[in-house]
Amino acid sequence: MNPLDVIPGLDAVTDNWPRFWSGFVTTLQLMLLSGVGALVIGFVVAAMRISPVASFRAFATVYTEALRNTPLTLVLFFCAFVLPYLGVDFGSYFPLAIIGLTAYTSPFVAEAIRSGINGVPVGQAEAARSIGLGFGQTLGNVILPQAVRMVVPPLINVFIALTKNTSVAGAFFVADLFSAGRYIANDRGDAVVTTLLAVAVFYLVVTVTLGRVAAVVEQRVAALR
Amino acid sequence: MSTNVLYDAPGPVARRNSRIISVVGVVLVLALLGYVAYLLGRPRVSANGAVTPGVLDGSRWDILGDLALWRAIGRGWVATLRAAAIASVLAVVIGVLFSFLRTARSRWVRVPTTVVLEFFRGMPVLLMMLFILLVFSTGAFWAVVAALAVYNGALIGEALRAGIASLPKGQREAGLAIGLTPTSTRFLIEFPQAFRQMLPIILAQLVVLLKDTSLGYIVGYVELTREGLNRLGTYYGSRYTFTLFAVVLVVYLATNLVLSHVVRVVDRRTGRRGVVRTKGGLGGTGLLARAGRPNVASTTGEAGGAGVGAGVGGAAGDH
Repeated sequence: MNPLDVIPGLDAVTDNWPRFWSGFVTTLQLMLLSGVGALVIGFVVAAMRISPVASFRAFATVYTEALRNTPLTLVLFFCAFVLPYLGVDFGSYFPLAIIGLTAYTSPFVAEAIRSGINGVPVGQAEAARSIGLGFGQTLGNVILPQAVRMVVPPLINVFIALTKNTSVAGAFFVADLFSAGRYIANDRGDAVVTTLLAVAVFYLVVTVTLGRVAAVVEQRVAALR
Repeated sequence: MSTNVLYDAPGPVARRNSRIISVVGVVLVLALLGYVAYLLGRPRVSANGAVTPGVLDGSRWDILGDLALWRAIGRGWVATLRAAAIASVLAVVIGVLFSFLRTARSRWVRVPTTVVLEFFRGMPVLLMMLFILLVFSTGAFWAVVAALAVYNGALIGEALRAGIASLPKGQREAGLAIGLTPTSTRFLIEFPQAFRQMLPIILAQLVVLLKDTSLGYIVGYVELTREGLNRLGTYYGSRYTFTLFAVVLVVYLATNLVLSHVVRVVDRRTGRRGVVRTKGGLGGTGLLARAGRPNVASTTGEAGGAGVGAGVGGAAGDH
């Protein structure tokens, strides 16, 4: 007897293991690729948000407010149905989902970076300015190195949220962990609970691990200050 | 802005440079918008030779005059608000319960609660909706409401716990010293302060909750997104997909921006009445901070990023 049979309904997952596993890998890909994209765009938006040029500040503010107040479902709907209509078509939904998740996550990254810069004591900037450093030097040599430490925990929280948000892309056309779980649950009506709990466990492996990392970093940072 | 320490008050040269960069930036943005408008506006030729007028063509927007459309959108909006309101009330109640259990003195209560909280916070809310829908067969409305209530309740519970943990020890000690039981100290002294301290974060989370009701589109609860994009989309045909998307988007933006504004006003009004000390550097003396409060603008995404969250384990939020 297979030792896994102890848990009723687990055969629904093991029988569909290739689908399940490839779904998990797709979820990780979605999370990593859009995470990197959001990091890049978020950094640019955060830089614009604090720049001396007024039009950059205005643009960054509008970008942040507009995207943050739009439900993720709408953003992904836009990517699934409106973008292909505009001629953005890759032949599969996966790149479109990455665009959507990147766009949706980037303002949260920008806000996390901005709050990190906020957290640097004002005296640091005053000292840098008073010894004659310019805007770029103050930011690059004094503020950002200190802000980075404080930015990491909230950034990890953003990535945890991103991991969970990839499931919404799965509800559209991406064969990720959520859609694999939904498929198996629909297929095996007798094993719904086990299947969905297994899906939850795989999400938890990622999110709880990241959460632990955030907690450790946070403690280190608190000690450093 | 002249008080910003990152750069000098701009002189004539800097002002000119800044203006030039601004103009270039505006031109770039306008060019991008113009290109998008061109993409939207150009007529489309389908494979069978039929020509559809561009999205900006008047014939694509004539349904805006249709009263039935606005009635349906209104219905969807009310359904969204209804789900959000019920879920919000339940989420706050569950959050308060969780925070009490999480800070209980008995380890037999505290540890299981911590595990349950981690479990609820770590999985996608959409998965929870699917679970409730399939396992409890509650119907789509209660699947949406219950999942949002439990999930956001867990987040609010963590925020409240962080609020209680950030109170100075003397608060509890004073309560015990005047003869209150540990439970009434928690209820009468610690909890009210923690709640007030965390109110902006809780409200910001409730705005996120409202946004998340749009997941009803996926699990089949007819709220604004599903009504507007799915039902009306089928009724009017794919020709009007973009129009309906624009309408739904504007309604969401208007609703959420108003609510976010209310949150910010509450944030400012509550002021610093709590006794939580902000550690040097965070909040109060920060570069861009206006007041020494957890920055709601930044906590809409992640509760406890700066200010209160630091040093007390930061309540992980969501967006």
